[in-house]
Amino acid sequence: MLDYITSYLSSNTTPGQAGNVFWALVYIMIVFGGISVAVMAMNWLERKALAHFQIRLGPMRVGPHGLLQPIADAIKLMTKEDIIPAEADKFVFWIAPLIILCASFAIYIVVPFGPTHAITDLNIGILFMLGVSSLSVLGVVMAGWASNSHYPLIGALRSSAQMVSYEVAMGLAVVSAIVMTSLHGLGPYGVGVGTSGTGTLSMIGIVQAQQEQHVWFLFKFFPLGFIAFGIFAIAMVAETNRAPFDLPEAESELTAGFHTEYSGLRWSLFMLGEYAAMIAVSSIAVTLWLGGWYRPFPNTLTGDTWDLVFSLFPGLTFLALAAIAFVGVRRMPKHPYFRVQTIGLAGFGAVLGLIGLILFVPPVRDRIQDIYWFIAKVAGFMYLYIWYRATFPRYRFDQLMKVGWKVLLPIGIGVLILTAILGVVL
Amino acid sequence: MEQAIQPGMQPVATTFFFYLLSGLTLLSGVFVITRKNPVHSALALIFGLLAQAGLYLMLYAPFVAGVQIILYAGGIMVLFLFVIMLVNLERSQREERFNKQWVVGLVAAVALGVLFVVVYVKGKALFPYRIAQPLENSNTQQIGVMLYGQYMFAFEIASLLLLVAIIGAVVMAKKRI
Amino acid sequence: MTDRTMFDLKPTDPKPADDKYLSHLELGEPDKTFLDTNELVINMGPQHPATHGVLRVILKLDGEKVLGTECVIGYLHRGVEKIAENRTYTMFNPYVDRMDYVAAVSNGLGYCEAVEKLLNIEAPPRAKYIRVILTELNRLASHQLWLGTHALDIGAMTPLFYTFRDREEILKIFEKYCGARLTTHAFRIGGCQYETYEGFERDVVKFLDFVPPKIDEYEELLTTNRIWLERTKNVGVISRADAIALGVTGPVLRASGVKWDLRKAQPYAAYSDFDFEVPIGANGDTYDRYTVRMEEMRQSLRIIRQAVEKIPEGPIMAKVPKVMKPPVGEIYHSIEAPKGELGYFIVSDGSTQPYRVRIRPPSFVNLQALDIMVRGALVADVIAVIGTLDIVLGEVDR
Repeated sequence: MLDYITSYLSSNTTPGQAGNVFWALVYIMIVFGGISVAVMAMNWLERKALAHFQIRLGPMRVGPHGLLQPIADAIKLMTKEDIIPAEADKFVFWIAPLIILCASFAIYIVVPFGPTHAITDLNIGILFMLGVSSLSVLGVVMAGWASNSHYPLIGALRSSAQMVSYEVAMGLAVVSAIVMTSLHGLGPYGVGVGTSGTGTLSMIGIVQAQQEQHVWFLFKFFPLGFIAFGIFAIAMVAETNRAPFDLPEAESELTAGFHTEYSGLRWSLFMLGEYAAMIAVSSIAVTLWLGGWYRPFPNTLTGDTWDLVFSLFPGLTFLALAAIAFVGVRRMPKHPYFRVQTIGLAGFGAVLGLIGLILFVPPVRDRIQDIYWFIAKVAGFMYLYIWYRATFPRYRFDQLMKVGWKVLLPIGIGVLILTAILGVVL
Repeated sequence: MEQAIQPGMQPVATTFFFYLLSGLTLLSGVFVITRKNPVHSALALIFGLLAQAGLYLMLYAPFVAGVQIILYAGGIMVLFLFVIMLVNLERSQREERFNKQWVVGLVAAVALGVLFVVVYVKGKALFPYRIAQPLENSNTQQIGVMLYGQYMFAFEIASLLLLVAIIGAVVMAKKRI
Repeated sequence: MTDRTMFDLKPTDPKPADDKYLSHLELGEPDKTFLDTNELVINMGPQHPATHGVLRVILKLDGEKVLGTECVIGYLHRGVEKIAENRTYTMFNPYVDRMDYVAAVSNGLGYCEAVEKLLNIEAPPRAKYIRVILTELNRLASHQLWLGTHALDIGAMTPLFYTFRDREEILKIFEKYCGARLTTHAFRIGGCQYETYEGFERDVVKFLDFVPPKIDEYEELLTTNRIWLERTKNVGVISRADAIALGVTGPVLRASGVKWDLRKAQPYAAYSDFDFEVPIGANGDTYDRYTVRMEEMRQSLRIIRQAVEKIPEGPIMAKVPKVMKPPVGEIYHSIEAPKGELGYFIVSDGSTQPYRVRIRPPSFVNLQALDIMVRGALVADVIAVIGTLDIVLGEVDR
């Protein structure tokens, strides 16, 4: 048994590929826990960042600078009365949030946080991701219908139409990235043969293809990669029902859209699913266009010195966060009422600093690299989501459809065709 | 289940998963035709399709499984649900669900059963029992090569059919073009 | 005008005689197949985040398309007009603040001037100037609140907080002047109760310098934003003729291209002394109403600046009898409130209490235009139009 567990440590693949159930379970636990924590952090960050966009302070009461707010929210939501409308279809009402949650979290099975830091590497990785993420629309539709109420129904209709439409544009953008993976070493029928990691749907393979071709697909065939990425970046916002495409839950129109009738824990499952999906689609974008887990300039800035410099980033990030926390400690009012908060913030800063220091230890430093760069890129997208929400008004339904079908789709097809042509010609 | 996809991986509890997925498929199939509420039927159908996708995975056909999920479960069935939700369900629930043609039905069922038995008895030679040969790491690529090489003509015919269907749908949906 | 038949809310298809069994063939109505979508009747409000209070709009929808609307009002009805009959003229004055509570100063101005007209007295010039300054500040505050909520309805969250931040400065001036921020009760019949406080003019001038860049800031967020343009251009269009026929006033009317502003047309208070423009729109759509209001904000600033510069010294209260007994008669006086023409029709029977007070609230009249503006539009447009009409339910229901 112990051999079984330790045997994986020397292998060079993901636990899924190695067929090691134990480590696969461990990875699943880590990813599930990590994503849940990330959702909570995102929740706090969104409220804070949005507040600062809007010249407010955001949560300040629960914990220093509202740091414990997500936990308070979670407790509140869990202890709230669970209301099922009398006329609702109980079973469907009950299962809808679970479907959304499962769909969002199942995506993470193939998200490559590093060359071996994924639960598994499917041969059809990207296809699997698109498929599973498309399932979440089922949950939305079911929730809207089961509530037996008009606002949720309209929300569900909007959402299903929106998600199905933008999936098309999204798929086209993804395909043009996939085409890029197979663009050297063309075999018969244009399929990469004999080249490792090219012409592939596997998430890890796609990242490795970018490394082998020495370019992020974002910059490949400039501006084609850029356009494809742009299409994906727009479609993924629509796909996750976020502003400015948040029509299914447009607060000012449909009160809360498809989850109007939900409350308490079930509602929080929707939110958890939504945020998890946001992180998931951002991971797809990072994997496909931004070089996945590779640090910036892995091919031009080579050498031990650069490796060292880039490997210091994780620790430095945490130290910077710790420094921010300590600035917060300094700026805390000196009144005794704030003593607990000050101590708490100082403790938090100390923990962050400690983590930062640990990340400087060479063995840790080298192992954490991939995950750090992946998460850093995803975090950029998360910030964009917040930024959009603070800036843009909401599209109207017909305009949304127009953008999806009349703008993104033709451009997507054009980019795909051009990419294919360029790939064959060059 | 996921472990079973990649060649080189050790499939875990194959028999268990096979019976689990088959059972789910059959069960949801029964639900599809017995539920009074069409939305429930549609949901059961979706679960059946997902279970089938799992079976495809067990047959080392991940691409088919993925396409099954994207197209059937994620796309077509959503549109189905979309339509069903807008239909006046009260009216449909008042309708008779089983028509009175049970004699014809019985004959058809018996015929089908006989067919199954015949195929099972005689068809053993046609479908010899063998363990699935795990493909190389290129199941998807092989499908692509097949579709665009060997079966190009069939593929094109299928796409032509779809085109006809699209045009037909547009013509039917739009009263004035 | 469009066909405006009222729709009944009863289910359209009567139950079939034998409802045990229904064949597909007996469904009748060849156009209406089995798969036809149902017409949806939804209640928007009275508890709804975007109906600006307790407006209830019954929407008849075909999918997302609006087939018709019906406004149900009265959830905030307090019988203000009836109350007036049991109060003396002075006692009724604070009640009008509670109608359009975001533009309380304008309401007070209208009422005070109407009673003054009835009593045949005139406020002294200094009082008139103070009135203009405060009223225009209030117009600005009202427009800011409108902009914030309108943008929020359309989905832009951020302008709301910006406008509230800047509106706060106005409210601070009000608070310093008369002690109240919202329901100010700033004016009295015959003039103003309070002399301006020490540094009032300095505060106002400071505000005048503070606000123009902020208005630019709002415009930067919205005016050229593609999504904003798409959401507002050609949405809720009301033609010039329709607008006049429906009695729509204020920015809504002006956006349809009618240059009608009571401050210019029949100047009251001290408005004839000031030089300002009346912005008008061309298409009468939501975007025009937005630009008109934005320009009105700037014009208000212009008026305030002139008023502060030219404000005369002197008394702030005319000679008003201790017991007000206006002569028998009736009077209609209207002012240009931020939302449109605010009129007071007061009938006096010679006693200390008005015989009848009828108030013509701009929101109430403007709300009539909702149906004509949203027919055939989408649900999201209803929200945009309710926002652009700038209604305050306290005023609609009174």
